Amino acid sequence: MDTSTLLAITAALAALAYVIGRGRSLSQAADIGGIRKLNSLPFYYGMLTALWCGLPALLLLVLWLIFDEAIIQALLIESLPADMRDLGGSELGLLLNSVQNIANGNSAGITNPDLLAAGQLLVSLRENSQRALAVVVLSGGLLFGVFGWARIRPQQKARFQVEAVFKIVLLLCSCIAIVTTLGIVLSVLFESLRFFQTVPFFDFVFGLDWSPQMAIRSDQVGGSGAFGAVPLFAGTLLISAIAMLVAVPTGLMAAIYLSEYAGSRIRSAVKPMLEVLAGIPTVVYGFFAALTVAPMIRDNGAVLGLDVSSESALAAGLVMGVMIIPFVSSLSDDVITAVPQSLRDGSFGLGATQSETIRQVVIPAALPGIVGGVLLAVSRAIGETMIVVMAAGLAANLTANPLESVTTVTVQIVTLLVGDQEFDSPKTLSAFALGLMLFVVTLALNYIALHVVRKYREQYE
Amino acid sequence: MMEATVESTIEQSADSLVSRPATGERAPVAEGETVGSPFVDSPKMAMRNVDVFYNDKQAIFDVSMDIGSNEVVSMIGPSGCGKSTFLRALNRMNDTIEGARVEGSLRLEGQDIYDPKLDVVPLRARVGMVFQKPNPFPKSIYDNVAYGPRIHGLVDRRADLDDVVEDSLQRAGLWNEVKDRLNQPGTGLSGGQQQRLCIARTIAVSPEVILMDEPCSALDPIATAKIEELIAELSENFTIAIVTHSMQQAARVSSRTAYFHLGKLIEVNDTERVFTNPEHELTEAYITGRFG
Repeated sequence: MDTSTLLAITAALAALAYVIGRGRSLSQAADIGGIRKLNSLPFYYGMLTALWCGLPALLLLVLWLIFDEAIIQALLIESLPADMRDLGGSELGLLLNSVQNIANGNSAGITNPDLLAAGQLLVSLRENSQRALAVVVLSGGLLFGVFGWARIRPQQKARFQVEAVFKIVLLLCSCIAIVTTLGIVLSVLFESLRFFQTVPFFDFVFGLDWSPQMAIRSDQVGGSGAFGAVPLFAGTLLISAIAMLVAVPTGLMAAIYLSEYAGSRIRSAVKPMLEVLAGIPTVVYGFFAALTVAPMIRDNGAVLGLDVSSESALAAGLVMGVMIIPFVSSLSDDVITAVPQSLRDGSFGLGATQSETIRQVVIPAALPGIVGGVLLAVSRAIGETMIVVMAAGLAANLTANPLESVTTVTVQIVTLLVGDQEFDSPKTLSAFALGLMLFVVTLALNYIALHVVRKYREQYE
Repeated sequence: MMEATVESTIEQSADSLVSRPATGERAPVAEGETVGSPFVDSPKMAMRNVDVFYNDKQAIFDVSMDIGSNEVVSMIGPSGCGKSTFLRALNRMNDTIEGARVEGSLRLEGQDIYDPKLDVVPLRARVGMVFQKPNPFPKSIYDNVAYGPRIHGLVDRRADLDDVVEDSLQRAGLWNEVKDRLNQPGTGLSGGQQQRLCIARTIAVSPEVILMDEPCSALDPIATAKIEELIAELSENFTIAIVTHSMQQAARVSSRTAYFHLGKLIEVNDTERVFTNPEHELTEAYITGRFG
């Protein structure tokens, strides 16, 4: 019986437990004068019985699946002849791999009788394990179901117990995001620590030279490997700055128009359109930047006598700015709309014009929220990958000239990790260190931004 | 929705009142006519046959009255009777509400304030407004008061501006409380201080008329008493129209009182007359607390 069938049967068992549990509470209620005499509604008694049946069964199933592989493997190694058992490490792993291949019916080319026997053993172990699993899970479910059924009393606080269980389920769900984040951070952190064992931390953070090519063997001709992250962060900042120069004024003014001047008809037409802009995949922006904007800038630059490289920071920054416009405008629009009408009335009542009111009252009042929104946009620009991969280039130039090609942290991470990699070289590990730095920077920005936005909300709500 | 329910209840009680035989010496009044003395000689503001609409819904019906120079006129009436709407029509604050429309003639010293060629900015500088809820700008106390003079370019030098700010705060009775912390945010003051700050902000522009829309409804009794004192002092230099829910307040601060009911102006009379011997039975019913 495979696992999915087992799950289905367990679910059916739980459903049955629900019906029986509910029926028992109803019949008990009938003896003492109706369901109003029960502590909880019959539904909760049924639910409780179903939980008593289903949860232990599920728990057993999960535990079994976790330890199943390890136990089978231990038994398998036990059965191998002594000389094979003592191999240890990766060679034993290889042997076990071929045993598994045999068990999966892939025995071509393997003649070692010990291995063939082990393959047979593995097949039978697996079959036994499946059968035992089914028996354990179903009998566990039945046993606990009967236990729960027997506990049903009119005085039993079934609703509290069911709600307590569901509260725990909700808690577990909310923990998943936190645990996942933590896991990602830790894995990046440990790989980065490995990287910092070969490259000193300060060389990485303050180094001005980035060329991650390294000789893998001592006799190989290759780069010496320089891991100074400054050019990458400088490139990231340059492109982000260009993007913000495009996005902040445009987005802010769009938000002012939409929230202060536009009638409800224009607003309801333009706002969704701006939000469509946010829905365009960044890879589409990427080839727009690489194939349309970058050549256009290069050609226009040539007309003016400027030397523009075909992959310029300007092209990537401009397109990234356009991508972020809806982000800025929709966040700013929200905070501007949240400025109380009474402030506008107060200003109008003094004879201020609409533009004076917006410039001197509305925007200052909304400023903390706008700043928060802009910071969120900055952290998005810094983390943005696809556009810069396609339009910004790979050369780690340390320059402030937007017409030259620069590279960013995200681009380097992509190029370091794309393709076949060996995970013991600093070249690959440096990607994790870059990722960690990027994560810390954007985390700090997001934290500040959310803090500012929250403070602003408290002020007016 | 809410408003409709409120109004319909008022309407019912009003109907039952009207159907009651008239008491005392009052003669029955013709439908739609304002009783008392709505008009004065050489008025500051003169309103004739004013209708106000919110989209298709009419909120003010054919209101005609005058506001005289340097007098305090109070406007009273049950919730939803249109007194705030009428007040906001006097300096075109209704312009900011989408779908609001004002018809009829409204004149400030003979000039039609709804003239399409008229610029609303100087109008609002001449007819200032104080709102129900104190609404100081999120700026310093000083900048709150200096806001109006700055945008209208009334002063050139910093010293002059300092004088205007101090003078306005003095006249609003707030100077002694805030003179040491002019650079602190106006939003940090107490409710009553905020409202006096808003009054200081309004008089800093030297308006001719000040409209007050329930200026004390968000304040405690002590703060209210201070504002009322202030209104009495301000009436020496300004013309004041005040909307209030408190009849005692109307009696205390105003020289003339206008009673609104369901968007119609029922009665305008000297305040004393309104509260002792109202001409219209609806006015009497309201001030004696039979509805409202």
